[in-house]
Amino acid sequence: MSDATGRPFANTAERSLTDRAGEYLLQSWAVAAAEVQKLIHDPLELVTRAVQPVLWLMLFGEVMARVHGIAPGNLPYIDYLAAGILAQSALFVAIFYGIAAIWERDLGVLQRYLSSPAPRSALVLGKAVSAGVRALSQAVIVYALAILLGVGLSFNPLDMLGVAAVIVIGSALFSTLSLIIACIVKTRERFMGIGQVMTMPIFFASNAIYPVSLMPDWLKAAAHVNPLTYQVDALRSLMLKAATSEYGMAVDFAVLIATTAVLTAIAARMYPRLGY
Amino acid sequence: MDRAVSTTPAVVIKDLTRVFGDLTAVDHVSLDIGVGEIFGLIGPNGAGKSTLIRMLATLLPPTSGTASVAGFDIVKAPAAVRRHIGYVPQLLSADAALTGFENMLLSARLYGVPRAERRERITSALARMGLADSAHHLAGQYSGGMLRRLEIAQSLLHRPEVLILDEPTVGLDPTARDTVWERVLELRDRFQRTMIVTSHLMQEIEKFCDRIALIDRGRIVALGTAAELKAGLGPDATLDDVFIGLVTGRESEKEGSYRDVRRNRQALREHG
Repeated sequence: MSDATGRPFANTAERSLTDRAGEYLLQSWAVAAAEVQKLIHDPLELVTRAVQPVLWLMLFGEVMARVHGIAPGNLPYIDYLAAGILAQSALFVAIFYGIAAIWERDLGVLQRYLSSPAPRSALVLGKAVSAGVRALSQAVIVYALAILLGVGLSFNPLDMLGVAAVIVIGSALFSTLSLIIACIVKTRERFMGIGQVMTMPIFFASNAIYPVSLMPDWLKAAAHVNPLTYQVDALRSLMLKAATSEYGMAVDFAVLIATTAVLTAIAARMYPRLGY
Repeated sequence: MDRAVSTTPAVVIKDLTRVFGDLTAVDHVSLDIGVGEIFGLIGPNGAGKSTLIRMLATLLPPTSGTASVAGFDIVKAPAAVRRHIGYVPQLLSADAALTGFENMLLSARLYGVPRAERRERITSALARMGLADSAHHLAGQYSGGMLRRLEIAQSLLHRPEVLILDEPTVGLDPTARDTVWERVLELRDRFQRTMIVTSHLMQEIEKFCDRIALIDRGRIVALGTAAELKAGLGPDATLDDVFIGLVTGRESEKEGSYRDVRRNRQALREHG
């Protein structure tokens, strides 16, 4: 793998496509693995993040469960809400990534990444995957809570694998969106304002806590172009025994994967500018 | 392979220019740096030193002009340049939330160091930088000197031909500064690496650099060995005298602390 001088990967042209693909994945993984190692050193963040889903499910959920007719069919509202809150906790984890990127820029860590030969999209993808790993820890908490609340969860291993996949892809999508915004606003102060302004509309203009069918028409239109809607739809049908997908799993996955790919391509172009 | 051999310079800079808004940070700089040379860049804050070396490290595209580093063009082949250089930025680039070893592992993977060699290279690089005992402590617990040595070790794992160090000794006490310089000299002597170093400390630049360029307002105003720069200023002249004599008043009044530098860079960032 190294040339006569002992330097690894001396020349791009000499390397085969498999070598390059392998290197790309290794570089993405390097970024994600570093984030995971940081979480292992200091897991307190995961505990404090658990407070929000607990409040939503145990306070908001318990009260709203007394209102009938929100969730479609015979689905108990707390079951309906559980999938929405899982998506919400993943969203909140992901949205924090832009500010982390600005923080890394201010420290200088960003220059370590950008001065390496790793393709920019590999760096972006690595960060995105690490957002997914963080969000998976939230899934464990939401599942534990859902069991306590008697939610009709599906424990079919394929369904659970599907839930994990949707969470990773959804977190990758929103963390990359967050990174793009960070590259535009460039300072932490401006990002904080925008992060807040952005998260709530994404959350409320989705089917996370109420069905799209209850919305006024203009909000319905917004919900239909909101990727979170498709993420929640997929999560709900995979996570619960009694729920079915409204848009179809193929549509949900296609929307999530395509949006993530487009955002990754945009972010890869913008990420180096964060360091200018 | 069209790679630099020892008869060609390690770095060739041609008319390199970078404009931020109405500020010309680097103004038509041309310069050759030879293989195995330790090249010092001095100049007041905001003179364009950091902008110049960030362009050489391909972190900032030039507005016009170009340069070749280790035989590759920074505009046409930035990824190839990055494979062949090591860059230690002025700001803290090691991750405080990771251990020294994990920081090294991150770099090794990003630079594609083969898996079979990774552990051994990391261990020996940490030992060479005097960090073997603290390899598994969080970098956040390191002293300033240890952090700098860790960052230098990180930037050397892939055996770069050109090493770019932006103020490697800023904020370090004299002992820590000497240790950093000892390692830098050893790298040059043992491995013929080319180094570009910026610093505000004239004594260390004078003592360790083969050649020096003084930059002011984005232009090279003096270039040569320390002796050449001091020639004509009298027998007791120091590099400080050269600096004061050539740098025009306005900028040098802003000469100062790390905080100034950060503010300048913040301003440049906003411009960009």
